[in-house]
Amino acid sequence: MSIWMIIIVVAYLCAIGYLGFRGFKSTKNATDYLLGGREAHPYVMAMSYGATFISTSAIIGFGGASAIFGMSLLWLPFLNIFLGIFIAFWLFGSRTRRMGLRLDAHTFPELLGRRFQSRFIQGAAGLIIFLFVPMYASAVLTGAAKYLAYQFGMEYNTALFVFSVIIALYVVMGGIKGVMYTDALQATIMLIGLSFLLVMTYQKLGGVTTAHQALTDMAELVPAKLQAAGHQGWTRMPKFGTPLWWTAVSTIIMGVGIGVLAQPQLAVRYMTVKSGKELNRAIPIGGVFILLTAGVAYIVGSLSNVFFQQTVGKISIAVAGGDVEQIIPMYLQAATPSWFSVLFMLTLMSAAMSTLSSQFHVMGTSIGRDLVEESIGKGKRVGGTLATRIGVMAGILASVYLSFVIEEKFGKTGTSIVARGTAIFFGLCACAFLPMYVAGLWNRRVTKAGAISGLLGGACSSLLWMIFVQEKASTALLLCNRFFGTRSLAIQLVDGKEIFVHSGPIIWAFVDPILIGLPISILATVLVSKFTEKLPEEHLDLCMGKSQPRTQQH
Amino acid sequence: MLGIEDGWVVLAYLLCIVSALLCLVWGALKWNVDDTVEEPEEEIRQWAEEEDRVEEEL
Repeated sequence: MSIWMIIIVVAYLCAIGYLGFRGFKSTKNATDYLLGGREAHPYVMAMSYGATFISTSAIIGFGGASAIFGMSLLWLPFLNIFLGIFIAFWLFGSRTRRMGLRLDAHTFPELLGRRFQSRFIQGAAGLIIFLFVPMYASAVLTGAAKYLAYQFGMEYNTALFVFSVIIALYVVMGGIKGVMYTDALQATIMLIGLSFLLVMTYQKLGGVTTAHQALTDMAELVPAKLQAAGHQGWTRMPKFGTPLWWTAVSTIIMGVGIGVLAQPQLAVRYMTVKSGKELNRAIPIGGVFILLTAGVAYIVGSLSNVFFQQTVGKISIAVAGGDVEQIIPMYLQAATPSWFSVLFMLTLMSAAMSTLSSQFHVMGTSIGRDLVEESIGKGKRVGGTLATRIGVMAGILASVYLSFVIEEKFGKTGTSIVARGTAIFFGLCACAFLPMYVAGLWNRRVTKAGAISGLLGGACSSLLWMIFVQEKASTALLLCNRFFGTRSLAIQLVDGKEIFVHSGPIIWAFVDPILIGLPISILATVLVSKFTEKLPEEHLDLCMGKSQPRTQQH
Repeated sequence: MLGIEDGWVVLAYLLCIVSALLCLVWGALKWNVDDTVEEPEEEIRQWAEEEDRVEEEL
């Protein structure tokens, strides 16, 4: 490691420390700690939202995945920008902010709980978050610690310990202000790093159209195994109804693309700004950020095939020896100048730290505020923000424990369980929270019982689908194999050969839980609401503003 | 188009850029627009409710 690298990393850590300290100094009460005093600057809010959303795994993992799937995955950044930023801020953000203020809600579960007058909803949502975020967090943590250990030549355990302590310090002390200030800096670094990478890649490969054309011309180099699964080339969609089509469209595009709308650590950010003006100002910042981070990772990942084909005569996955996660790091090493590797190291550190800090914060608030204080303690406060701070520490310990022990104890199996954490959490959040969240913002007919049914129906059905049917999750979670002796109930063994059960073009083992859990959750919410008591009009007026008198509607 | 073979992939590529532009245009147009909906004045609201009541009685 060069002296420059050490100086830049130390300067970066000093800047993070300073911003964390600023957050700590300006945090006086629970609203400051949980919502930044509802006065966040639109740049800070938008960049923090974006940096939380785009983790290292989005750059390394999805970048590597697009080296295999190709540019068809660009539907995901489109959904990220259009749904995840534009629709989210414009439609969801504005209403969430106003309702949060009217109900004095400080967390996402608290908003849902107060909207439906149910401490059970708040506690259950808090519990789901606390139980499943550590899996998601440890997936990010493990990846970051491995990368740092490699970069700095230290032990994996040391890297894990140092990295966690740094993040823990500014999250526990500075609360959401510490998290958002540091996120904004980290997002800016990510934006610069990835923008450079895009320009360099297109320049190296002869320009936009030439680079894409070269990738199109490589279609015949797709490995036979991928071709059989539906791959038709890196600039074409996979063949409709094939396993590859289901994985790309159902899991990656739909699962992650729609799942973002009900992410607690993202939704809480709408409540951190003072007015709708800030949300409107955050939209262009967030949109450009996602285009230049997620969009770039997918384009560069796909085009890495052209670079490797032209330089070593092999496609990316062959150069990386079959390890998808190695594609982007290997491409950087081979295709970019050495000064860029320092900038990109900071980019990846920033992506990991910003996602982790928000995950730790949301874990702490869900256990401390939602479950302990509000649901179990019936609204009794425990020493200001003490319960939340203890919750944050418990969340950090749980995540570090998972990263530390699972890999050591279970080896590769453990890693694959943790690696599924991101997808499991996204799917679960969408199925459990999205129908209730949408109904809470727009519909006066949905009842408390309806909301609870949707929450439980969505959470249980998506979990069962992951454990027993969806091939990738059920294989990693091992429970299906233990109970039924097969890695998925949608796989039949015929003469010792695995056959995927399908109905027409639907291959059940590849269907994402969101496509099962979300309809069930919506159905449960609507049906139960039809037959149960409506919430009082005065409460609905308080949540959503007064309903317009009939004469004004004419 | 753009060296990409499949129309669906070209569409995804262009939509990424167009949606980011949409965000930029939205931000420029709504830079100073707040989302607070003006509540009707209390008197007007009461008058409207009274009108509703009378209409129902009729």
